[in-house]
Amino acid sequence: MSILVNHDTRVLVQGITGQHGSFHTGQMVEYGTKVVAGTRPGGKGREVHGVPVFNTVAEAVRETGANTSIIYVPAGGAPDAIEEAVAACLPLVVCITEGVAVNDMVRTYEVVKRSGSRLIGPNCPGLITPGEAKVGIMPGFIHARGRIGLVSRSGTLTYEVVNALTQAGLGQSSAVGIGGDPVIGTSFVDVLTLFEADPETDAVVMIGEIGGTDEEVAARYAQEHMTKPVIGFIAGQSAPPGKRMGHAGAIISGGAGTAAEKMAALEAAGIRVAIRPGDVAGLVKQAIGKA
Amino acid sequence: MNIHEYQAAEILSRYGIPLNAGQAARTPDEAAAAARALGGTVAVKAQVHSGGRGKAGGIKLAKSPDEARDVAGRILGMDIRGHTVNTVLVVPGVSIAAEYYVGITLDRANRQIIVMASAEGGVEIEDVARTNPDAIYRTPVDPVRGLLNYRAVDLAFALGIEPAAVGGFGEIVKKMALAYLNEDASLVEINPLIRTEDGRWLALDSKMVLDDNALFRHPSHEMLRDMAEENATELTAKASGISFVKLDGNIGCVVNGAGLAMATMDALQVEGGEPANFLDVGGGANAAQVAKALSLILADPNVRAIFFNIFGGITRGDEVAKGLLAGLEQVPTQLPIIVRLAGVNAEEGRRILATANLQSAETMEEAARLAVAAAKGEAA
Repeated sequence: MSILVNHDTRVLVQGITGQHGSFHTGQMVEYGTKVVAGTRPGGKGREVHGVPVFNTVAEAVRETGANTSIIYVPAGGAPDAIEEAVAACLPLVVCITEGVAVNDMVRTYEVVKRSGSRLIGPNCPGLITPGEAKVGIMPGFIHARGRIGLVSRSGTLTYEVVNALTQAGLGQSSAVGIGGDPVIGTSFVDVLTLFEADPETDAVVMIGEIGGTDEEVAARYAQEHMTKPVIGFIAGQSAPPGKRMGHAGAIISGGAGTAAEKMAALEAAGIRVAIRPGDVAGLVKQAIGKA
Repeated sequence: MNIHEYQAAEILSRYGIPLNAGQAARTPDEAAAAARALGGTVAVKAQVHSGGRGKAGGIKLAKSPDEARDVAGRILGMDIRGHTVNTVLVVPGVSIAAEYYVGITLDRANRQIIVMASAEGGVEIEDVARTNPDAIYRTPVDPVRGLLNYRAVDLAFALGIEPAAVGGFGEIVKKMALAYLNEDASLVEINPLIRTEDGRWLALDSKMVLDDNALFRHPSHEMLRDMAEENATELTAKASGISFVKLDGNIGCVVNGAGLAMATMDALQVEGGEPANFLDVGGGANAAQVAKALSLILADPNVRAIFFNIFGGITRGDEVAKGLLAGLEQVPTQLPIIVRLAGVNAEEGRRILATANLQSAETMEEAARLAVAAAKGEAA
């Protein structure tokens, strides 16, 4: 039955009147997502793409029964926006914002960890369950309903792989962009756990990149706890050490976090690793016996 | 953002950390004057954004002002791992009884700030992590309250510091944690932190890295930026909302999205080519951004071919193609151009591109092959 978002998802947009918030609210509504409310302090009474605006998250939740928040608030205010959503007890909070200060996220992550809310991001494209709900900035129309789960630290690279899967006749149960920052709310392991438990997912594609050790941890988890096949791809095989490659998290420091180390860890855990993104769909077909 | 040792020392001294205070010098004469003012034996230390300064000959002792002038003359202008030395720091020589490594940074795996410390001071922590990982002790920093006292004390005892000196060590590490939080650092490192023979704690070398994303809270930190250490092209790119990293190859890349940009570089390498840069042009890939990206790439004389890899998502393929052509008109070039357009309305986009004098490909792999061939001067 897919993961995290579906027909019952009722979306609240924090920062709905901003340029990105407003544009993507239109895109989500067009996709068929139930966008029920937006917030902007002092914006009460306005409407954006037919969606009513409230002053605070608590008020919006009370009035509309929103159960998922998506945040387009600029970096300086994003941690506060996350904590406002958590205080309103929203079970799912998705933060799109890029460029949040790391120490701010360390503090906010402590709050999220102790709450009942799940945070996706920040610095992520959001997540989608094709045909049911798009809570993010991804182009909805490249997705198709199906039984392949996808989890990624990247944006356009995810679209690239989703597009290739769809063209190969492999639809997706859900696709989750967990974000490219060093401190994010939901890890690969968290999403793999959800896909493993989802009866409508047959196999999972995991797209990682250089930096940190989350991919290695996920590989160990997959080996020990998953029955479903996992197919991996790691971006940044050609990246030089010590240089930040766009994403704040994509930096190889002190030798740890290279693509080669991650690919080796994945393969050692029995995960099939694609050398090129174009090879992912073929490996998925092999894994589920449709080659 | 990286800053120099003497700048980190200035910040840390404001937090009351005892430093081996010295004077920065930009000429041999300034170094001699600094040595005279300090008296006795001094150390002359190259100021560059790089580790391994000692091994490279960038740190030398001098017993007199004349020797300091001599040594500084040799160190200034030296190249250390690709960084030119423009400044040296002259500090008093000290007698060391014991030395330690102490660093504060983000532990990504556990999403918390930690102190790392070892009794193998003066050695690069990466080397200790490789050769003797059990010698590194770790303890978490509370992101609001800083390093709690009992954790500092635990750490001191783990390092084998004698009871009389534990308090002094703890105070320094707590102050380092405070500096890490207040200054929005991503690294605060003292290596070595020493006990002198007369029983004082002293930071001999300090290093800080500041979080670029938090500079908005610290306008004064911008003044610490050393333009000579930064890549001018990367800074120009940043101002245009383009994320750019100069690399050593000869194929210029223009890609939308950081993950796809890395995958594009990888694809070139798989086909036997080398990327000249990492470049994330941002989401839209409109004419203005394309023109800016092209100017950045053409500034590199090594570039022999240009590879556009654009995934049309929210901005559809046909719009991307039009933007691309308009951008190419603004910044014309004779270099071979290979375009790979995918995603929504990609075919329509490719039809638009077919009218122009460039090579178009459907898959990333095919485009990478074409780009590698073009850079080698082979007809595809």
